[in-house]
Amino acid sequence: MKPFKNRNIISIKDFTKEEIMHILNTAKKFKIKVNPILLKHKILASLFFEPSTRTRFSFESAMERLGGSIISLAEAKSSSASKGESVSDSIKIVDKYCDVIAMRHSLEGSARLASEVSNNPILNGGDGANQHPTQTFLDLFSILETQKKLKGLNVALVGDLKYGRTTHSLAYALGMFGARLFFIAPPSLQMPSYVTHDLKKLKAKYSTHTEPERIMPKLDIFYATRIQKERFGDPMEYEKVKDAYIITNKLLTKVKKNFKILHPLPRVNEINYEVDNTPYAYYFEQANNGLFVREALLALVLGKV
Amino acid sequence: MRAYKVYAIKDGTVIDHIPDGQGMGIIDLLNLRQWNRTVTLGIGFHSKKHGKKDVIKIEDKELTPAEVNKIAIVAPTATMNIIRNHKIVKKFNVELPETLEGIVKCPNPACVTNHDPVATTRFFKENGKKIELRCAYCERYFKEHEIEVI
Ligand SMILES: [Zn+2]
Repeated sequence: MKPFKNRNIISIKDFTKEEIMHILNTAKKFKIKVNPILLKHKILASLFFEPSTRTRFSFESAMERLGGSIISLAEAKSSSASKGESVSDSIKIVDKYCDVIAMRHSLEGSARLASEVSNNPILNGGDGANQHPTQTFLDLFSILETQKKLKGLNVALVGDLKYGRTTHSLAYALGMFGARLFFIAPPSLQMPSYVTHDLKKLKAKYSTHTEPERIMPKLDIFYATRIQKERFGDPMEYEKVKDAYIITNKLLTKVKKNFKILHPLPRVNEINYEVDNTPYAYYFEQANNGLFVREALLALVLGKV
Repeated sequence: MRAYKVYAIKDGTVIDHIPDGQGMGIIDLLNLRQWNRTVTLGIGFHSKKHGKKDVIKIEDKELTPAEVNKIAIVAPTATMNIIRNHKIVKKFNVELPETLEGIVKCPNPACVTNHDPVATTRFFKENGKKIELRCAYCERYFKEHEIEVI
């Protein structure tokens, strides 16, 4: 295992199974025990060139809870980035003021490029449609937490699998760990070939489906994602499929005892509010786990654990 | 008669077994119109293996590794013959290296390499029979026909 100190967290593909398990185990320790001064005198630069309140709050809260401090781009629109400054220039300047950088940018590969021009470690909070590794780690953490294993699990990824970057990285990671994957989506929003290409190389088992009903009793995890109206050229097409992927209590009558529903949030109508009160709802706990995963990553790359 | 003997050169490079029709592209790719010595392009030579082939002879030039890598992308079957004093002193098949740095443009318009002035492209060769490259930045896969050499 390569040491984590000064390492960049750019893509799930940069990590071995052993390294991923080390991150998840470290996150577990942070969930159990608070560490209010661990990152004292360390500064996180929070650079969200593209707005994402949830991910930014999670990174910043994680840093605060470990006693570190934050400098951030308050409003991407008024910053130099919108005046045409390149990613590399922005990073080179901010690099001098901090010890670690968390960033989100709409260009794919921007975090990789940032890591090449920065002396401090970069945590990728999303680079366009490409990667969002901290989301993948918190998803894996939540699955492991509820199922006590990853290998051999039956996991359904549901909704917009074509544009949903979270499902791409998660499918890859679960494929690495030997989970059985079920891709449930309208044909026009199925998993893109570059993702299945990777899964074939990993020898991961997967199948595609258009409806969830029949496979519900098999599943351990149901990972729902939002289907966005804007993704459909034809609004009629959206009307046809939108209700097929809504989880209601009725859909949950035959599920396994250990069955859990995850969602990267925000939800629109994919999960009916009645489901929130069932023992299967785990999406809020999952979002909360993002904090511990990000605490673990900050501490790891700063060499404090 | 061997192709390189048609117009024998004393020193230089003979690029043989270029897939039929790709010769002209290689002339442009290597900017050979600007080469101040003689460059000969042969089109439609008979090839035992591939039916037809193109052949290029460049006088007084031995190609750089970067130039050979470019040829490997557009003409993976090509063979290189280095000629010194009328003799073939070196003969080898072109082969794509594991990593291609600054040679190929990323076809993904949302890739940072198409926007940031300091970014140099980097691609990894994928294992397989056909040429397939993966961008180190946007992590997408591209097939041979999608790839554009810089
Ligand atoms: Zn790219």
